[in-house]
Amino acid sequence: MSPAVGIAAITAVSVATAVIGFYGLRISRTTGDFYVASRTVRPWWNASAIGGEYLSAASFLGVAGLILLSGTDALWYPVGYTAGYLMLLLFVAAPLRRSGAYTIPDFTEARLDSLAVRRVTSLAVVIVGWLYIVPQLHGAALTIRTTTGLPPWVGSTAVVVVVCLTVVAGGMRSITFVQAFQYWLKLTALAVPIIFMVLVLGGNDFPGEAAPATNPTGLAPAGPYQNISLLVALLFGTLGLPHVLVRFYTNPDGHSARRTTLIVLGLLSVFYLFPTAFGLLGRVFAPGLAHTGQADAVVLLLPGRLIDGPAGELLSALVVAGAFAAFLSTTSGLVVSLAGVISQDVLGGSVRGFRLAALVSAMVPLGLAFMTDSLALAGSVGLVFAFTASTICPVLLLGIWWRGLTDAGAIAGMVTGGVLCGGAMVAGTVLGAAGTPFWLAQPAAWTVPAAFAVMILTSRATSARVPRTITKVMTRLHTPERPLATER
Amino acid sequence: MPDSPLYAAAAVAVIALAIAVVVLVGLKVLRSFRELGTDAERATYTTLHAASKAGRHLRTGLNPAGAAKASRQLRTLLGCDALAITDVSGVLAWDGPGEELRPRLMELAADVLSGGRTQVFNAADLQLSARKSGSIGAAVIAPIRAGSRVVGVVAAFAPSAGAGLVRATTEVADWVAAQVELAELDASRTLLMEAEVRALRAQISPHFIYNSLNAIASFINTDPARARELVVEFADFTRYSFRRHGDFTTLAEELRCIDRYLLLERARFGERVQVSLRIAPEVLSTVIPFLSLQPLVENAVRHGLEAKEGPGHITISANDSGAFAEVTIEDDGVGMDPVQLQSMLAGHMDGEHVGLRNVDARLRQVYGDDHGLVIETAPGEGTLITMRVPKSQPGHNA
Repeated sequence: MSPAVGIAAITAVSVATAVIGFYGLRISRTTGDFYVASRTVRPWWNASAIGGEYLSAASFLGVAGLILLSGTDALWYPVGYTAGYLMLLLFVAAPLRRSGAYTIPDFTEARLDSLAVRRVTSLAVVIVGWLYIVPQLHGAALTIRTTTGLPPWVGSTAVVVVVCLTVVAGGMRSITFVQAFQYWLKLTALAVPIIFMVLVLGGNDFPGEAAPATNPTGLAPAGPYQNISLLVALLFGTLGLPHVLVRFYTNPDGHSARRTTLIVLGLLSVFYLFPTAFGLLGRVFAPGLAHTGQADAVVLLLPGRLIDGPAGELLSALVVAGAFAAFLSTTSGLVVSLAGVISQDVLGGSVRGFRLAALVSAMVPLGLAFMTDSLALAGSVGLVFAFTASTICPVLLLGIWWRGLTDAGAIAGMVTGGVLCGGAMVAGTVLGAAGTPFWLAQPAAWTVPAAFAVMILTSRATSARVPRTITKVMTRLHTPERPLATER
Repeated sequence: MPDSPLYAAAAVAVIALAIAVVVLVGLKVLRSFRELGTDAERATYTTLHAASKAGRHLRTGLNPAGAAKASRQLRTLLGCDALAITDVSGVLAWDGPGEELRPRLMELAADVLSGGRTQVFNAADLQLSARKSGSIGAAVIAPIRAGSRVVGVVAAFAPSAGAGLVRATTEVADWVAAQVELAELDASRTLLMEAEVRALRAQISPHFIYNSLNAIASFINTDPARARELVVEFADFTRYSFRRHGDFTTLAEELRCIDRYLLLERARFGERVQVSLRIAPEVLSTVIPFLSLQPLVENAVRHGLEAKEGPGHITISANDSGAFAEVTIEDDGVGMDPVQLQSMLAGHMDGEHVGLRNVDARLRQVYGDDHGLVIETAPGEGTLITMRVPKSQPGHNA
């Protein structure tokens, strides 16, 4: 595709995001709509918003790239990303909503009655957020390089600048409707090209270059250990993603929270059909991308290859716009929630502090993105999930379901999980993709149990430190909400 | 080794770093020894330091966690082998050897707990087998007296109990008692603050009840259906306002209450009161103090619009602002004199805006002084009231 089209699409999405961020969707109501106002967020809207914030660069580009590279093994990624919500629904969503805590550090502080635990949790949340932003920036760099030919740093910097501008100027609070819109934009950007391509391919006899079952790279298929480890990371990692949890507070009651989660499961399932289809088409019609290290770009390049002329250009522009929307929405959601944590814990919670914290939370990942190479996007996001699963997830699950958790146990477990998983990630980066043994490349299968074990054993050893407020807190977490007194 | 220069450089750096650390630590230690002063000064310092450290742990009252930490400090202070702290029902902490005495300590302390006098027990009283107890040969048990009650004992174990140890143990027990009393004072201060918040809980104004009933009465003949509707609204409004349980509610419930209130006010004012809302759905479940918005809206209607000629407009908006929810209530009514308002809020005069002062005081009481009402107003310019509450309040149940 021509660079001009790509630049136009990216600029349009960036400007639209900034404008929506500045002016917001301001809807005024008269009193007649009061009842409507207090019930505005229908489960459908909220579910779309969760989808919009959750589906990141990894989902948009990475899954298709992985399918191209390793075929059906890569299907575990969408399965894990989606099934993580089932875990969230079963174990975390309702008790956390009842706890009254808006962030994970708030929750651990209230549950364990300890400021030290709060600090450690905040640190874990900040690290997770930073690590999660890095692949988004890599994705942006890749998109810019592939579609416009500009140097890759332009892409990451553009995303950070747009996000900083909107967040610092006070816009782009994670507004439900904006995020919901992002989901449908991403879905459209993937679904429309796929449908067109299938129609075009069905109409004429376009020769495929390889059979869908052929492996274009000759990489060894993943063994059961890798698959299990990956699933552990994705299932447990989803539980601890800070920007996703907050969304559940927007539901007016528990019933609609459950409905929302159900709809999210449906929306995500539908969405992941399309990256899978892209990957499959890529295997048949563009297996060459796997050799040139451009696997993640298959979504961006395929429409232009299969459909000629202006139609192909337009479809490519649509895909590029959707990808950029994914980077912007996920990054801004993360920056806002990180800035909240940093400003509250370090800078005292003022508005100025929030802006400063927003800058810090966007700049650090930019630096990390410059220093590291873009690995396979889905893979690096999988590692972030593994880190979350080894640190935040144990403290959430045990905090909600086990009376015996103590502050010492929580800190010991989080530090163990963080050090083990972080160490594996660093070792993996140092050794390079080829030299890393399989158990270091996918560490979740042993770091998550280790974190749980250390947390449980340390809590047992320090059982005198169980907070005295335990019964009160547990009652609040697990008894159903009182029905609204004024409900009619 | 292929890259030996690199390794050599790294090794040199590590060694240099280690030397620097050792030198720094050494200098610090040397300096601290030089500045510590005479033996007597140092003894005073150690005693006071141990006492203040133990005091910090006892400031939450007599509980196992605090007592365990304090007993360690107190044992060094007394220079005894083992030290135990109990309350009236059981042993809270034991520091040092001789734990096999632990089950029998309450039995030994029974007299001290009821009599309130320090007692000394020798080896025979303690029924110690020499093999197990090590050097412990005697115990001094002193009562912790808070006010007129004995709330626990301090027990010190040593090879022998001289007069010095008895006196010192008694003093330590008295000192612990002082800390416990301070803890009780803290607790009662918290209770007082809670009681104050409860006392400040807003009441719906009698004027409003009177006016509403009159307005409804005027509809009974002309528009019976509307009158019936209004009575039902009135009943719902009073049920919410008179509810007994809970000092907190959600923004959504409070807004529903305001809706009923405005419906009743409009029965009286007709189209003179216009209201528009801009509510971010994200903050609807935020917990706020019970009846903290309704008085602000009532203030806007009563003092902003009632005195004004022609229609008036009230805008209620709620926004998500990071870790906080921001609620603003704006009217284009007659406004207030800022100076007068300030002295009214400070409690210097009883003005018309009692509702505002009440809400302001409660917000400050619950969330701290940073979260009082922010009121922007001038005579003839309308009023803008902003309220900022943290979204995360795990301690408060709506």
